[in-house]
Amino acid sequence: MIEFIQQLLNGLGQGSIYALIALGYTMVFGVLRFINFAHGDVFMLGAFAGFYLGPKTLRLFGEGPSYSGAFAALVVAMVLCAVIGIVIEKLCYRPLRDRPKLTVLITAIGVSLFLENAGQLVFGANPQSFPELIVDRALEIPESWGAISGLTITVSQVLVFGVTLLLLFVLRYVVLKTKMGMAMRALSFNPVAASLMGINNDVVISFTFGLGSALAGAAGILTSIQQPSIDPLMGVNAGLKAFVAAVLGGIGNLPGAALGGLLIGVIEALVVGYVSPTYRDAIVFGVLILILIVKPTGLLGVSEREKV
Amino acid sequence: MFERSKILLVATLLTFAGLSHFAGGISPYYFDILIGIGINIILAVGLNLVNGYTGQFSLGHAGFMAVGAYASSWLTLKYGYSMGSGTLNTTTVFVLALLGGGLGAALAGLIVGVPSLRLKGDYLAIVTLGVNEISKGVLQKAEPLGAQRGLGGMEQHTNFFWTFAFAAITIYVVLNLVGSTYGRGFLAVRDDEIAAEAMGINTTKYKVLAFVLAAFFAGIAGGLYAHFKQFIHPEGFNFLRSVDIVVMVILGGMGNTAGVVVAATLLTILPEFLRAVSRYEWLPEWLRHVAENRMILYSLLLIVLMLTRPQGLFGNFTGKRNSKLQ
Repeated sequence: MIEFIQQLLNGLGQGSIYALIALGYTMVFGVLRFINFAHGDVFMLGAFAGFYLGPKTLRLFGEGPSYSGAFAALVVAMVLCAVIGIVIEKLCYRPLRDRPKLTVLITAIGVSLFLENAGQLVFGANPQSFPELIVDRALEIPESWGAISGLTITVSQVLVFGVTLLLLFVLRYVVLKTKMGMAMRALSFNPVAASLMGINNDVVISFTFGLGSALAGAAGILTSIQQPSIDPLMGVNAGLKAFVAAVLGGIGNLPGAALGGLLIGVIEALVVGYVSPTYRDAIVFGVLILILIVKPTGLLGVSEREKV
Repeated sequence: MFERSKILLVATLLTFAGLSHFAGGISPYYFDILIGIGINIILAVGLNLVNGYTGQFSLGHAGFMAVGAYASSWLTLKYGYSMGSGTLNTTTVFVLALLGGGLGAALAGLIVGVPSLRLKGDYLAIVTLGVNEISKGVLQKAEPLGAQRGLGGMEQHTNFFWTFAFAAITIYVVLNLVGSTYGRGFLAVRDDEIAAEAMGINTTKYKVLAFVLAAFFAGIAGGLYAHFKQFIHPEGFNFLRSVDIVVMVILGGMGNTAGVVVAATLLTILPEFLRAVSRYEWLPEWLRHVAENRMILYSLLLIVLMLTRPQGLFGNFTGKRNSKLQ
């Protein structure tokens, strides 16, 4: 039982990373109806932003690892990734907005491949160790708490989960309570009607890309705090799994993406713990194929009728 | 009875049979590139059936190539040498094994295609990519097939004749199919799926058919590759190999078989050319690195093509002028 809870906790840690990336997929799909293949690579760029700028932000707040320094690194990475996301959209996707979906999909694959390979050229292809932004240690659980004192919970796990929750609430606020969020929802509902109501679709789409990419950047930093080894291809696998998470939750649905991410993380952890680490990747794609056959709209999605 | 295209096919095959007698004179390096061109033509023309004519997007073609390569190698390793001296000669076993590999890949295509082709293009891209990764993962663990060590020991049966004969047959089948009722079905699915369905076309059937056929040809290409290199490894059939094939199709023009053949030829030679360029010492360091890593160029090529010339380098001769791919 205690082992089961342990696996569950590990899964939630990884799952919150997937959830953050999945939100970007789902938001972009919501407004543009296409899958931004390059999203996983923005996540990678976030991790590398932390790799290069993390030590600098730490120095701003004194010597050695500190929470404020880590927080500053997180913010810097988010801003950088938001800018990158907006630039990618402006350069590569905007000129193709009225073209067939296949054209945009191919461009997105091109952007993804470009970021991966240019990343290998610029950052080097070998894995690098991420600087220590916080002092990671296992939290001590008092004996008096009974059975759960056997659990190992690390500071980074708590931090990752906490920051993810915080970001989710911020996102919820932005989407549901602000004018920009309302515009996003309107655009996702009907782009033509939205622009007739005076919404500047270009601005909203840029904002959506920025928001999604910022979350991916945050995920890049958070994952590197948990597993401090980063390489230019780290976005491929994480991006694919986050995509599966978005589909599992119902693509276009924000709570669905968060739920899907956590579920994928937990499923993965349980498979690794109880079956075999070999099937770690295969099981995720198995989930995708299963969901596409049984319920293509995802857990929380509603089916959308295609109009002629 | 004797249509022009059939006569043309037979004439081409005879020419290749004749030419293959002189293939021994080519240096091994150029022979390697030549066979590579033939194999890539089979792969790209096959994939064009799915990504070009039917308007779907498969991103895991190398996975089917892997199935074909491993299946045919397993067959020749198992039956090739015991039967070779007896009832069947080794060439017959080789061709049967190739067809077996193709059928195995087609079966894999059927299993993957039936669930995923009910969905729209984006999903198919991801599912096929996933299948590519899964098949690689499974092969890396499959002990009887050599797992991480790769599989070797096949005899070199692939020669000039077989490679280009199968390339010619692939082109023949694809061109004839596209001109037939089925081909109209493919194009209808590509141009407007909803309208096609309204006209009574079973869109899923056509999509699956295109997918299975493409997988079959990929399996044949895999078998040829395995019996040329005499050694195969799961990493040789990874995602990047799939991207290679997709770039050939897009560069040549989706739905343009002639263009795809040219693009497959060009893109097989290009890496060799780039390798030569990367040795020029007067070039700046970073440019030589870019030349070494062809994927950077391929990715830029994809983006620029889509932005400026989505119909591919050679345009779209076969498709309708008002097709959605413009």
